[in-house]
Amino acid sequence: MLAAIGVSSVEELFAAIPDGVRLRRDLDLPPGMPEQDVYEHLLSLARRNTCAEDEVTFLGAGMYDHYVPAVIDMLLGRSEFLTPYTPYQPEISQGGLQVMFEYQTAISELTALPVSNASVYEGPSAVGAAGYLAKLANGRRRFVVSRGLHPHSRETLRTLSHGYGTEVVEVPLRDGVTDQEAWAAAIDDETAAVFLQQPNFLGAVEDAHALAQAAKASGAVVVGSYDPIPLAILAPPGDCGVDVAVGEGQSLGNRLDFGGPSFGFFAATEAYLRRMPGRIAGETHDVDGRRGFVLTLQTREQHIRREKATSNICTAQALNALAGVVYLSWLGREGIVELAELLLQRTAYAREALCAVEGVAALHEQPVVREFAVQLDVGGLEGVRRVIDRCQDAGVNPGYALGRDLDEHPTGLLVAITEQRTREQIDRLAGMLGAAIAAERAGEREEVRA
Amino acid sequence: MADASYPTDLLYHPEHDWARIDGDHATLGITWFAQDALGEVVFFDPPEVGATTAAGESYAEVESVKAVSDVIAPLSGEIVEVNAELSDSPEAINEDPYGAGWLVRIRLSDVSETASLLDAASYESSL
Repeated sequence: MLAAIGVSSVEELFAAIPDGVRLRRDLDLPPGMPEQDVYEHLLSLARRNTCAEDEVTFLGAGMYDHYVPAVIDMLLGRSEFLTPYTPYQPEISQGGLQVMFEYQTAISELTALPVSNASVYEGPSAVGAAGYLAKLANGRRRFVVSRGLHPHSRETLRTLSHGYGTEVVEVPLRDGVTDQEAWAAAIDDETAAVFLQQPNFLGAVEDAHALAQAAKASGAVVVGSYDPIPLAILAPPGDCGVDVAVGEGQSLGNRLDFGGPSFGFFAATEAYLRRMPGRIAGETHDVDGRRGFVLTLQTREQHIRREKATSNICTAQALNALAGVVYLSWLGREGIVELAELLLQRTAYAREALCAVEGVAALHEQPVVREFAVQLDVGGLEGVRRVIDRCQDAGVNPGYALGRDLDEHPTGLLVAITEQRTREQIDRLAGMLGAAIAAERAGEREEVRA
Repeated sequence: MADASYPTDLLYHPEHDWARIDGDHATLGITWFAQDALGEVVFFDPPEVGATTAAGESYAEVESVKAVSDVIAPLSGEIVEVNAELSDSPEAINEDPYGAGWLVRIRLSDVSETASLLDAASYESSL
């Protein structure tokens, strides 16, 4: 290769680098290992994780153990989808651009909002981006945020808004849903945007329409963070007066994968099209009049608009979004409704079964779709953690300890249901939880005695 | 607009903006050179009536298929009218930059600022 380019050594290629900045020693890395040793090493690291296939998991809190059909792996593995970079050259990227366009169309239909981008990184940063959109749109200085938003979304919004000087005001929950009086009282003409989550972090279905209407008079942008599968049976954001709908797309065709990568969806009313972040695929015609696809409205993005861009993102989670649109196509319009109805029924059954267990009580009685919150009669967050450990030792992960994020629910447990959780597994969970709580309380009595 | 033109009844700012003075009011826009450099204009987001302009500073943005450009005010004043037609027909900025493509009308706060603007010949020779 050196001979082909007319250079006598590799050193010559670095001739332009000044002496003063050269390292002049080997990199501080361990020596290379043979491939088989690398494989053994990685395997031992991987074995330290318990994955969803190793235990019956009721763990949710934002990402869910849904079945990923084989067709997704098959299509994602195609090099035409797996290997290309951003489709700046439409003439060689029609397949990838068309997939983005179909994905955007699917998100628009799911949310009943006319415009969607080609995906962003994940749910919480999509919430943050929606905040920035509102700030660009109306220049106001405050966000009103329901405590029903996922803790990661609230934290991301706080971090980003600190950067551009917007204040975050939190509205508490009452009986498991956003306190509507406190919500209305917090909104004024200094409110840039309001944020609700549907269903909320405690699994409860909010009155999104009422929450959106309360913000209309003030002119604040209404942002809703939505779980995509329940959207099949809940009123979509576009019908509730929500201006910007975002959410975590993982449950559409992506595995848990230790938290990522996944994708976030971002849809909005036409009025906010030019302030949207992210890639947008557009439909057009070529010089011969044939239908084609291109990246469009790129003047929003930072490679053109620089510091005035609508976001710093200039990419999409194209492969994960591809999994999402394949999954939606695989389910179909009826299939997604069937799935959501199955989740609704099974979750109702699970809540009933668990609340019948000694030491378990509902944390709220609101309608739920795929996740619900209970309180355990044990001593604080530590007690809940020990109950979880006992269940996991027996091969079942009972759910998420709410006390980790919400001080007001130290003994809360968030239980998630997917179509993979059978009635037998739910019954087993109920029995196991009862036993674990009893053992924990016995242990607590032991401690007090000692 | 096919050929370059710089009407002699206008005053020009080096950042490619023009002003048509009429007493203590002025109509503002971008020059043929600016629209030609931008390419096909697709969007103009007008400022609010009542907002102020400061000579030499940006008061709005013009967006084309390939770029976004600040529009520099040649003169200081208060915006009394904006060209609402441009939201439906932004291409007027390309086709008729000195006529239908006007951007805003202001009430001047300092008429003496006009003395520091260029006439058509000076502007054209600076290009």
